[in-house]
Amino acid sequence: MVIDTKKCVGCSDCVVACQTENNVPIGYCRDWITETVNGTYPNVTLELKSERCNHCENAPCVRSCPTGASHQLDNGIVLVEHDDCIGCGACIQSCPYDARFQHPDGYVDKCTFCYHRLEKGQLPACVSVCPTHCMYFGDLDNPNSEVSLLLKNRNWKTLAPEAGTKPNVYYLT
Amino acid sequence: MKEELFISGRHLENIDPHLAVWHWPIAVYLFVGGLAAGLLFFAALFYLLKKEDQMPATTRIATIIAPIALIIGLLALFYDLTHKLYFWKLYTTIRLESPMSWGAWVLMLIVPLSMAWVFSYFNELFPALNKKLSFLNGLQQWFIKNRKYMAMLLLPLSIILGVYTGILLSAFNARPLWNNAILGPLFLISGLSTGAASIILVSKSHFEKNIIGKIDLGLIILELALITHMIMGYYAGTEAHIEAVQYLVGGEFTLMFFGFVVLLGLIVPALMESLELMGFKVPTAVPAVLVIIGGLVFRFVMVEAGQLTQYLY
Repeated sequence: MVIDTKKCVGCSDCVVACQTENNVPIGYCRDWITETVNGTYPNVTLELKSERCNHCENAPCVRSCPTGASHQLDNGIVLVEHDDCIGCGACIQSCPYDARFQHPDGYVDKCTFCYHRLEKGQLPACVSVCPTHCMYFGDLDNPNSEVSLLLKNRNWKTLAPEAGTKPNVYYLT
Repeated sequence: MKEELFISGRHLENIDPHLAVWHWPIAVYLFVGGLAAGLLFFAALFYLLKKEDQMPATTRIATIIAPIALIIGLLALFYDLTHKLYFWKLYTTIRLESPMSWGAWVLMLIVPLSMAWVFSYFNELFPALNKKLSFLNGLQQWFIKNRKYMAMLLLPLSIILGVYTGILLSAFNARPLWNNAILGPLFLISGLSTGAASIILVSKSHFEKNIIGKIDLGLIILELALITHMIMGYYAGTEAHIEAVQYLVGGEFTLMFFGFVVLLGLIVPALMESLELMGFKVPTAVPAVLVIIGGLVFRFVMVEAGQLTQYLY
């Protein structure tokens, strides 16, 4: 997933779309908006972006899970099998992005990249509703995909790469 | 240049503004796990060294605490799970990369083993009860015969259990305060030390108290050295580590850490035990109780402060 911080206006449409699509319980969210203010007045810059599970290549949550409930698909998407989750919290502790939470039903929940929509050939809910089209979703292994070309032509960053997680959500800066 | 980060639109329970996913049961479990590891380690060690009769508290009486402590720890762990009815899924797989999976399997082995160890001394520990339950004698004889093998298993398992209580935390690199390689050995030494302190409390033999007291003194000095290394490690680390150690040095956990853990839990008992070994009359129970309280507070400080620390991005 690629997100253009220059286009994001922080409207939270992605958050609401996710909550609706995935029936996220009230008070919880799988994605969220951060506003980062850099510098001191009058020299300030503002960066808005939508954050979620980074579906890390080297996912610490998958490694720390004692039952294998947290697992990674061949395409890189990290999912939680609810019926294997014991709610121990190890994956929540292991995530530098705090992207996971305990669902009121007990199991651990997080962004799935709307896996059920991808299977039908649709985009994740957050990407499909974004009014400024600041989010892109595609195959990073394909050098000619829209996301690969964006990363080739624009400056980008990932979140906390120093945590060694190899995150797969890229932010254009 | 000042950077400020706001997170909006997210108020997750137990996660914002700071992580509080693990509560007091985890700290209690880490403490009793270390305590049981210490008790079982010394019991197995002195049994294998054939000091069984000179060290009755170490090999017999104090080991009663171990299974009780482990069961309290297991109940605490179970209480902290949020998807409790699925706990048995732990035992459907072995995940080598997950310290918690290791811990679950080690507990699976060491809990029955600790019970079997106490049971093998059943007739000596509970002579009155033993008469009523004489039908168990045959089974007990079998355990007595195999005590040596139990001790040989307990020795490595208790070390794994003790180290595991620290590695459970140190394996999370997302929490910089936990993420240091010393935490495993440090929790092991601390667990052995609380185990030794409990033996001193239970023991009635001067000879035994003297030996265990010397060992405990050595462990406390080692623990102080490891804590020094740990603090140095944070300061030599990344910005995330330097930020993290501020909670212990100058931050909200300073009094708990330096007051209750380092001073009252280690330095004071070390001085008292040294004075006693030099021949001064010091009540042995006082340093032992201080060590045990210090060990418990240490687990609480690490569990709670660790969850406040994170990567700054």
